[in-house]
Amino acid sequence: MQSLIRRLRSELFATPADAVISIALFTILAAAAAGFLHWALRQAEWAVVQVNSTLFAVGRYPIEQQWRLWLLTTLLAAATGATWGMLRAHPRRDRSGQLWPRNDRLAVAVLIAASLWVPFALGLTPAIQLRWWLLTALLVAARWLAGRFGAGLPPALKRLLPIVWPVLYLVGMVLIGGGIGLARVAPAEWGGLLLTLLASSFAILLCLPIGVLLALGRRSDLPLLRWGSVLYIEFIRGAPLITLLFLGQNILGFLLPGGLAPDRVWRAAWVLTFFAAAYLAEAVRSGLAAVPRGQLEAARSLGLSSAQALRLVVLPQALRVALPAMVGQFISLLQDTTLLSLIGLLDLLGVARSVMANPAFLGKNAEVYLTLAILFWCCCAALGLGSRALERRLDPHAVPSRV
Amino acid sequence: MAAEPSSHRPSAVGDGTPWWRDRRVVPWIIQAAVGLVVLLAIAFLLGNLVRNLTAAGLLLSWRWLNQPAGFDISESLIPFNAQLPYWRALAAGLVNTIRAVLVGLVGATLLGTLVGMASFSHNGLLKRLARIYVEVVRNIPLLLQLVFWYFVVFLTLPNGAAALQLPGIVLAKSGLYLAGLGEGLRWLGPQLVNGVWQAPIRLTVEFAALLTGLIVYSGAFIAEVVRGGLAAVPKGQWEAASSLGLGWFTTLRHIVLPQSLRVIVPGLNTQYISLAKNSSLAVAVGYTDLYSVAETTLNQTGRAVEVILVLLAAYLSLDLLISLLMNGINHLVQIKER
Repeated sequence: MQSLIRRLRSELFATPADAVISIALFTILAAAAAGFLHWALRQAEWAVVQVNSTLFAVGRYPIEQQWRLWLLTTLLAAATGATWGMLRAHPRRDRSGQLWPRNDRLAVAVLIAASLWVPFALGLTPAIQLRWWLLTALLVAARWLAGRFGAGLPPALKRLLPIVWPVLYLVGMVLIGGGIGLARVAPAEWGGLLLTLLASSFAILLCLPIGVLLALGRRSDLPLLRWGSVLYIEFIRGAPLITLLFLGQNILGFLLPGGLAPDRVWRAAWVLTFFAAAYLAEAVRSGLAAVPRGQLEAARSLGLSSAQALRLVVLPQALRVALPAMVGQFISLLQDTTLLSLIGLLDLLGVARSVMANPAFLGKNAEVYLTLAILFWCCCAALGLGSRALERRLDPHAVPSRV
Repeated sequence: MAAEPSSHRPSAVGDGTPWWRDRRVVPWIIQAAVGLVVLLAIAFLLGNLVRNLTAAGLLLSWRWLNQPAGFDISESLIPFNAQLPYWRALAAGLVNTIRAVLVGLVGATLLGTLVGMASFSHNGLLKRLARIYVEVVRNIPLLLQLVFWYFVVFLTLPNGAAALQLPGIVLAKSGLYLAGLGEGLRWLGPQLVNGVWQAPIRLTVEFAALLTGLIVYSGAFIAEVVRGGLAAVPKGQWEAASSLGLGWFTTLRHIVLPQSLRVIVPGLNTQYISLAKNSSLAVAVGYTDLYSVAETTLNQTGRAVEVILVLLAAYLSLDLLISLLMNGINHLVQIKER
């Protein structure tokens, strides 16, 4: 208590001017919070979000095919839990090796609370609420099992783990889009959070190799490669994304022979990919610049070929340095998917706009936009937190963590 | 030890190195191969473009620029009406874009500098508020923020006497009214005349929403740039100024900020360019900027290639202009050494 008062005094009331600022700010904050709470609990009509929750989640995805998305979500929950557990089961030599560090317990608590509250607040039917509880239980169970028994698995099985995610991505694409015996669901029917996540994950995965190649090209000694990369990167970075999306929708059809041009959704996804690649290249380039030249020379003098030296020595160090900037780009890419709504696609914001065009929900802008803002904020903040955790894990100079 | 001529390089063709491993040949082969592939791809795409455009009767031509536009622009600094040609419409759009970017730059710089400075305040509450502002704004898409400002804030403002009145500013659904120099160079505030607000400066709600969105969003990024710049100034500078008896603000204003400018200015350049590009999102709030005019033009004429070329040229020149300006400023603030 004593220390709290002392802290308050030094932080808020050190000088008379400070005291005035603190009291003024506190009054404004309290009034704003009271006003907001009054609106959110008394005046706001959240029915617009509850009634349209399926639309926000998957758009106009056919209802009789939605079991495929549930299956995919189940697989994702299991894979996430297993990967998370395996990471804890294989502490690097200088880590504390605790099975349930404090941050993990916190994450599980938040996850369970969210799985209990969100489906309830959205007014989902009890059956679907139960599904979300089971999914959360599955994730936590997989996390526990992998953490408990993961270290004892045969090495051959452990080596398979990194392959799980690419395979799961392909399985997911088939489950969502159809094919191999499943009914086709055209991309025009994907929407909402599904389209937002699909477009951003597709662009994130593909822009990575393209961006690394562009960064290497920009640092190459060969003038043609260098100038080609510079031209591409600077051109893309100079143009607003909306003009490039516009270009993709209106000109790609002219550039490719008839029938070869992809569907509108895929065009946008490819434009996002090539757009993000230019920005990613700059992030990777800064990472490459941070690797001392001696590293390459040492690797070469050990007898590694240029390609081996690049792959085994230079790139791992460069990508580690570039990681925060790269994740920053991924976060803005996730945010940039909202621009799909401006070219008539039904991403999260597009769905929101179409819902509000419905006379029944006219004027419910605040409720819908606020929900979307919270959703985006959570996704972006989670990416940022994950990036920081990864940075700590990859840092070769880190002291053993005690959390 | 005498340096021997380095012999680890595979060298002259005469020493038995096959040509496909010769260091002087291989790079050129790689470049020729890449160049050929790129050229072939471009030729393929352009060939398709010409063939498809010819088939559609839209082969590159600029004559349509002189035809009457046939649509009106709700707000324009240069005179415009529907009878004027397309190029005038595009010019009016460009002027609107530049206007939004200029005001946005000034506003975002002011807000960003204030918030960046606040994060070095002694006051814990102020410091945390600055942090929260940055974290909230950066993790929400700009487009979402823009539609929020427009549909939730500005379009729900009351009109007439019920409008939100602050000293020198009136916020109403019919627009934003600011005090300024009126007739006869007299300082004039907003006045209610027959239930309608009048003031020397009136902004439409579309422009106001765009500006608010851009300034709040870019302000958060600029605050981070400013914070980084201030953090780069050694702590000893604060302590030295403090021991000379300078206060917090004086220290910041005269000692720390000038030194941090050489770190801040390059970062500002990036933020200014992204603000210029982000202004193209104006189309979502109904402000007729260059992109919005271009979209209407494309819908009416079908001239996709020409319109895209105009758009890209305009935005690239705008970026270049900002970069040149900022490089000039950067040159000024660098510490001059002997």
